[in-house]
Amino acid sequence: MNDLTPLEFSYFPGCSVATTATESNQSLMKACQRLGFHLKELEDWNCCGSSPANTIDPELGFNLAARILSLAPPDKPLLIMCPRCLHYLRLAHLRLQEDLYTRRSLERRWGRPISPELEIVHFLEAVVKLGPDRLHNGLTRNLKGLKFVPYYGCTLNRPPALRRQKYFQAEVVNILTALGAEAVPRALLYRCCGSFLSAVRPKVVTTLVNQIIGSAVTAGADCLVTVCAMCQLNLEIRCTLEKKLPVFHFSEILALALGAQDYEDWFARHLVDPRPLLTARNLIG
Amino acid sequence: MAGTEDPIKIGELDRYFAEDVKHHSGVDFNRCLFCRSCGNGCPFDQAMDYHPYAVLRMIQYGLRQRALGCSTIWVCVSCHTCSSQCPMSIDIPAVMHTLCSMALEEHVPTGAPDILEFHLEALRSIERHGRAHKLGIMLRHKLITGQWFKDMDLGLKMLAKRKLDLLPSRVQAMEEIIRLFTPDWKTYLP
Repeated sequence: MNDLTPLEFSYFPGCSVATTATESNQSLMKACQRLGFHLKELEDWNCCGSSPANTIDPELGFNLAARILSLAPPDKPLLIMCPRCLHYLRLAHLRLQEDLYTRRSLERRWGRPISPELEIVHFLEAVVKLGPDRLHNGLTRNLKGLKFVPYYGCTLNRPPALRRQKYFQAEVVNILTALGAEAVPRALLYRCCGSFLSAVRPKVVTTLVNQIIGSAVTAGADCLVTVCAMCQLNLEIRCTLEKKLPVFHFSEILALALGAQDYEDWFARHLVDPRPLLTARNLIG
Repeated sequence: MAGTEDPIKIGELDRYFAEDVKHHSGVDFNRCLFCRSCGNGCPFDQAMDYHPYAVLRMIQYGLRQRALGCSTIWVCVSCHTCSSQCPMSIDIPAVMHTLCSMALEEHVPTGAPDILEFHLEALRSIERHGRAHKLGIMLRHKLITGQWFKDMDLGLKMLAKRKLDLLPSRVQAMEEIIRLFTPDWKTYLP
């Protein structure tokens, strides 16, 4: 019953997950280890271009994303954690599939093939498709009593071009409820966190973030859980309310439920300390 | 929101503007029904000088300067709240991005210099390291926009929590990255 045949993935962390949100990366590694997912980080990956490149020079954004795809071995799925990177990589891949000429010329430039069949999956997709049994078997800490707001922000929205593709980001609720936690959906789940405006126009973002956290407090939640590292950061740093709530990376909560022990390192990096809450819920010692 | 505007003079409308935007963005916004759903859901409409639907309308009317010079196109973070609500499935953020790059190309004074400066700083970081180095971007951005002390306490807090890495993480094959930032003609030079 404990079938943990290792599953192979290549892995693209992205700038946020690799630096500002190291705790997200570390807990993801731990969760994957427990689930039997083998992640191999892409060698020498670069930034996906994100908003700056795609605003100033969309062609540059496409090229940056295409280089990442050229680094991925074609025989295993490319696993991605950051929802925004997922958008840009899938959009670039779509164009590379359709535009043979561009694909050929980039392949020539880099001397590497770019596979049009490459499968690009989000971590949640991998968990949902391959993991229900693995989740069930790995559960060591029941999350019973933890009331969380599944904060999605803009991650469920997508450009019309990607509307036909399957997205699994909304599975946060199903997975965490299966692990015993209690979802509190009556809050501003889909209100955008402000993205890069957090750096440039803090006032605008503070208003938004306070609305989001305020709604979660009113709904009676203990914490918020998000899959996006940018959301996690903005919700923590731009909240000016008296009562702040801890904001978790999805991977942290998952790894915790699956029995990870090195959580001190992750939680010490939070600006709103989640440890009192987790101790009160008997999740950490 | 911008209230009193100069009247629209029919003789001065740019009849090629809509075609240009369509060509550059690949988005057929002529499908727009003007139902205004995009503006009603936008989380940032308070920070914009025009609602998103007003920008689409300006394109249809051929108000080139006004559309390229407004702050809306820069404030948009492409959260796609608008295009998810749009009954005609118009990729509104793609239109906004296209207008930004057209504004730069046509030297129209930008409606949000601070946001433009931030994007450029992030791009410089990617050009230098292949990845975004947040501490570097923020320090330079604060230096250029002259807002050293705004957010200083937050920055220190983040440093203390090791949320901002002092040294950038770097791509090894930097020549591949630099090549992406280099116009073709430069590579022809001896």
